[in-house]
Amino acid sequence: MKSNKELESIALQLRIDVLEMLLNAGSGHLSGAFSATDIFTYLYFQQLKHNPQDPLWNDRDYFLVSNGHICMVWYAALARSGYFSVEELKNIRKLGSILQGHPWNIKTPGIFNSSGPLGNGGGQAIGVAIGLKIDKRPNHVYCFLSDGEHGEGSTWEAIMSAPKFKLDNLTFIVDRNGIQIDGKVSDIMPLDIISTENDEFVDKYKAFGWNVVTINGHDFNSIRNVFEQENIKDIPTVIIADTVAGKGLPEIEGSPSYHDWRGDNELAIRSIELLKSKLNSISDKQPYNE
Amino acid sequence: MNNYNLDFLEKPFDETNSYTKSPTRDAFGKAIVDLGRENKNVIVLNANLEGSLKLTEFTKTFPNRSLQIGVAEQNMANIATGLALYGKVPFLSSYAAFSPTINLEQIRLATFSKANIKIISSHYGLNTGPDGVSAQMTEDISFLRSFPGITIITPADFNETYKAIFAIAKHNGPVYLRLTRSAFPIFTKSTAPFTIGKANILKFGNNLTIIATGSMVFTALAVANELEKEGVSTRVLNMHTIKPLDEKAIIDAAKETKRIITIEEHQVIGGLGSAVAEVIVQNFPIPVKCIGLNSWGESGLSEELYISRGLSVSRLLTSVKIFLNNN
Repeated sequence: MKSNKELESIALQLRIDVLEMLLNAGSGHLSGAFSATDIFTYLYFQQLKHNPQDPLWNDRDYFLVSNGHICMVWYAALARSGYFSVEELKNIRKLGSILQGHPWNIKTPGIFNSSGPLGNGGGQAIGVAIGLKIDKRPNHVYCFLSDGEHGEGSTWEAIMSAPKFKLDNLTFIVDRNGIQIDGKVSDIMPLDIISTENDEFVDKYKAFGWNVVTINGHDFNSIRNVFEQENIKDIPTVIIADTVAGKGLPEIEGSPSYHDWRGDNELAIRSIELLKSKLNSISDKQPYNE
Repeated sequence: MNNYNLDFLEKPFDETNSYTKSPTRDAFGKAIVDLGRENKNVIVLNANLEGSLKLTEFTKTFPNRSLQIGVAEQNMANIATGLALYGKVPFLSSYAAFSPTINLEQIRLATFSKANIKIISSHYGLNTGPDGVSAQMTEDISFLRSFPGITIITPADFNETYKAIFAIAKHNGPVYLRLTRSAFPIFTKSTAPFTIGKANILKFGNNLTIIATGSMVFTALAVANELEKEGVSTRVLNMHTIKPLDEKAIIDAAKETKRIITIEEHQVIGGLGSAVAEVIVQNFPIPVKCIGLNSWGESGLSEELYISRGLSVSRLLTSVKIFLNNN
């Protein structure tokens, strides 16, 4: 089991990788990649049963991403896990690259589903979970979603259908970072409408028949605690992770303005220096290379 | 007459119209049960149209492999995509007016992901009749024809539908297959081969070729039969696969008969007519007349709608004769 310190150093490296990808590509999506980084770190370096040398390993967990624009952190996690070389990250968004601007399953080792248009990963994950149930296989399915994509009706169609099929082999992870491209989720199309006291987003999932847990998506104790719990029989689980857009870069944390990258190279270079110094202060050894 | 191709027809065109009739959706219901026995990876999804798509028997026989998704075509397409990426062979079934329409984005995603999904949609064309324009899907081929890598099939009758269901299950990749609500004559030979992407010549001829798909193939034979009486030797091509298109059969027809007419129960723009015209103008330009729809449908009996939209045998004959006189 990896210590929090080890996980923190991996997360710092993934964030550095994302910034370097943005510098190389000149475009991409920053805020969501950073709010998701700590959960991706925990999934790829602690939680998921997977084998980078054999991406189609029969006993693997299935991991799908629904909000594909955050793929820079997915690519970083895959490269640092060993699915392809870290050097490959430099080619992201370039012609002929295995790393497309949004995830494309047929291009990239370790990418199970394509995404970009929002609201589709959840239903796809349900399909995988049903397939596993039909075959009576014990593998688990995880799907990563954004809060903003709950604006899509198809997301709610998926949420409504998973309990019907008794998919206790399915876990949604919702990155509740509170922002989307045009501003704050609470302004664009709020997930909490009436009450200022109750967590209505949680209540909505509960009303649809899900087991709901909330975590701090940047606290490895909080993340670890929930992933170590067994799923409840016959009921799908959603982990609603409270996160901060652009987490790790004090200059931009919480701002919707960096949903997509605006080519602020000086900010990226400054931020890389900041994260590198933090990484050095934690450890001079990169645990995933052991 | 011996100019009918008995490799593909049970008998020469029968003017007495002694054919048994069946909706092609009935053949889907029969084929999918037989296919389900043969291939345990076959999963069938429906969006609140299990009865109408004739899936009751499949659900009874394979309860674990029949998924009722409810009125949620987007979710049905996404679940099918997940099942396909996992390794199953999902058939997602609905009406053409809903799927691939409400879920076009999900099908696009599945298609560029090379997901092995089979989209089965009934009630294309005007033969939905009294239900009116919202239920009369006449634009679906156009929606999907530009998707690289998708296969589009409209079988001509019950026998061809039965074979097509087995063929698309063997084909690895996304397929869109269209079915009729109403009963049409069963006229193709049950033992004839069915190959995706290979048009069948149903009748030989030298002066004109009629290319038709699905519900209009039998009508095309009736038109050709009348033309023959007036000395116009007419070839009839059953273009069951609209994509990938059998370009060779079209170019051969252009070279050998010098005139082509297409007939379809679909908008001409983006449909079979467009597809054939694209091949002709780029390879062997000859006069082509595309007959189909150029307006929305409306409520009415199928027969009335065919007459009002120029798709009845008599109105088609008139159009063909004008075309022949001018070319």
